[in-house]
Amino acid sequence: MSENVLVLGATSGIGQPVCHKLAARGCALVLAGRRENELQRMADDLKVRYQAAASVATFDAMALDTHKAFIDSAIAQADHQLDGVLLCQGYLPDQQEAQADFAEAKRTIDVNYTSAVSLLEPVAAHMAERRAGWIAVIGSVAGDRGRMSNYLYGSAKAGLSAYLQGLRNRLAHAGVHVLTIKPGPVDTPMTEGVVDTNKPTVATAEQVAADIDKAIRKRKNVLYTPWFWRPIMAVIRTIPEFVFKKMKM
Amino acid sequence: MIRQQTIAGWGNYKPQPCRVTRPHTLEALGRAVACADARTVIARGLGRSYGDAAINPPGHTVETTALNRMRAFDESTGVLCADAGVSLGEVVAHLLPRGWFLPTTPGTRFVTLGGAVAADVHGKNHHRDGSFGKAVKRVELLLADGRVVNASRTENAELFRATLGGMGLAGMITAVELQLRRTETAYCDVTYRRASGLARALELMEQTNADYRHSVAWIDCLARGAALGRCVLMLGNDAAVDDLPEHHRHRPLQPPRRRSKNVPFDFPPCVLGPTTVRAFNKLYYARHGDARKVVDFDTFFYPLDSIGHWNRIYGKRGFIQYQALLPPDQAHDGLVELLEAIGEAQLGSFLAVLKKSGESGEGLMSYMFPGYTLALDLPNTGAPLERLVDKLDHILLNRNGRLYLAKDATTRPDTLAAMYPNLDRLRQVKATYDPNHRFVSAQARRLGIVEDA
Repeated sequence: MSENVLVLGATSGIGQPVCHKLAARGCALVLAGRRENELQRMADDLKVRYQAAASVATFDAMALDTHKAFIDSAIAQADHQLDGVLLCQGYLPDQQEAQADFAEAKRTIDVNYTSAVSLLEPVAAHMAERRAGWIAVIGSVAGDRGRMSNYLYGSAKAGLSAYLQGLRNRLAHAGVHVLTIKPGPVDTPMTEGVVDTNKPTVATAEQVAADIDKAIRKRKNVLYTPWFWRPIMAVIRTIPEFVFKKMKM
Repeated sequence: MIRQQTIAGWGNYKPQPCRVTRPHTLEALGRAVACADARTVIARGLGRSYGDAAINPPGHTVETTALNRMRAFDESTGVLCADAGVSLGEVVAHLLPRGWFLPTTPGTRFVTLGGAVAADVHGKNHHRDGSFGKAVKRVELLLADGRVVNASRTENAELFRATLGGMGLAGMITAVELQLRRTETAYCDVTYRRASGLARALELMEQTNADYRHSVAWIDCLARGAALGRCVLMLGNDAAVDDLPEHHRHRPLQPPRRRSKNVPFDFPPCVLGPTTVRAFNKLYYARHGDARKVVDFDTFFYPLDSIGHWNRIYGKRGFIQYQALLPPDQAHDGLVELLEAIGEAQLGSFLAVLKKSGESGEGLMSYMFPGYTLALDLPNTGAPLERLVDKLDHILLNRNGRLYLAKDATTRPDTLAAMYPNLDRLRQVKATYDPNHRFVSAQARRLGIVEDA
């Protein structure tokens, strides 16, 4: 049976290859993002490659008060039956700049955290009412512990992670599944020039997308991708704060 | 985002430090081409041209591989419109299971549509179907002044002719409209014939080419004397469903996937010395008797694609691929001279490929004309290699032959000018569409295709 899936931030580096996976297994996609032209190009591409149904919808992650109406129209676009939502938008600031300029810090918090709340609450209401569906959200390993080099991005992802825990708990009673995705550094346009893509720990977006697709199908709760980030982050979380604060991470 | 990277063509011959960008949107591509700090730009697809055609050391090298959207496909006519950064492999992966295959394909599927047009590439079916450009209905180009225009046989026809085989010098190709061809299966029915020497090989090709869509010969270029030019001919036709073995008939368009291997590092020089290559070639010839079998497209068209980074077997210094094209009346004597020169130089080459070519390409700088073409790898040994290619160029010039720009890494401006009579026409078209020489590659500079850039 074909599922109707809304992808928020569809043109993002991880969003795109996940859309390929979803289209390949017959999902009908609503691709949502800021740049209509690029979304349309992507929809056409998925139609040619997978003979998939794909339409586009535009929204701005920063325009928080438009989100309720946007989700309502996206649900209508998906024939009032939204089976899945994948949220991929993210914003990685330069930490120094975000420390010095609150507008940059706010943007980081709004794109990575606040917009997820304003977008997912109406989604949750729709799915709870239908008593079916899944929500998958891209967080980050950076949210597992605040570090000096990346704590504004990390704190927004940490907030997102706690939000999703609560949402999962709430929606579990309504038969709706919530997946928290925690990728390590991935080679995408967002991280271009920030992470060194030659490092063996930097994953390709295709690898991560394959893990995400599998986790959605298997209804996993928390996915670390690639897998080795789970033990690494387990160790990093256990370092006592009095030691951690002296480290330069 | 501009990164500093030392890059070369597939032959890894003389890598050079370049400033490289990889735009992810059409707007970003527009900015990359108009970028004020780059006096010049050249497009680079998957980097499979062997020499310096897709690098531009003083300016910017713009990778097109992130712009890989398929735009439209008509299931009834087989016309595909796609971004130039889409690879032949992607086209095959998505459309072959639906019964459509490439009009022609080079020996690797890791080539972008833009690259295939820019080099007007050819394949094993050239004697019958012509080169890639023949199936191209239209190209979309981003010009030096920022305009995006279409070019086809009826619209901007001169620009179209300058784009087929034009190595990206008239404008940056952003989309290609291509006529695919119908196929019933993803298999070829292949006949192998051995030829004990060159004359026999040419005779066999003349006799058989009308009966086979695909034809190519693997030639042992270390064989000397009477065995000079001995080879194994591979002659193939598209297989019908009934030709397939029973267990493949239920999925004729989806052959089982092959495992791919990787060459993990540059091999040391001793691995491909004359002794090992001679032994390999002997074995190859001995193993292939006259035979017939059904082979899937991947195995038939892309034998080396299952080995990632195979170019590393030639070691750190890299190699060049020399491809010579000779008109029919010069073919036998010219090939004898070329093979003798290569044999004398004792530069081990793996298998070389001999093929009969069909009609001339339509592009001003299209490579092919009717005759015979020989392609072989020559490892970079420094001065001895340079002496050898000079000698080979000289033989080609005397025999009215021609070099292939997608492979060339070494030739000189006057040699090129003698081989391509339409070079001046290309320069004129370029003067119209790119008067300030925005589009330049290291190759165009080396060969003086673009003067004072």
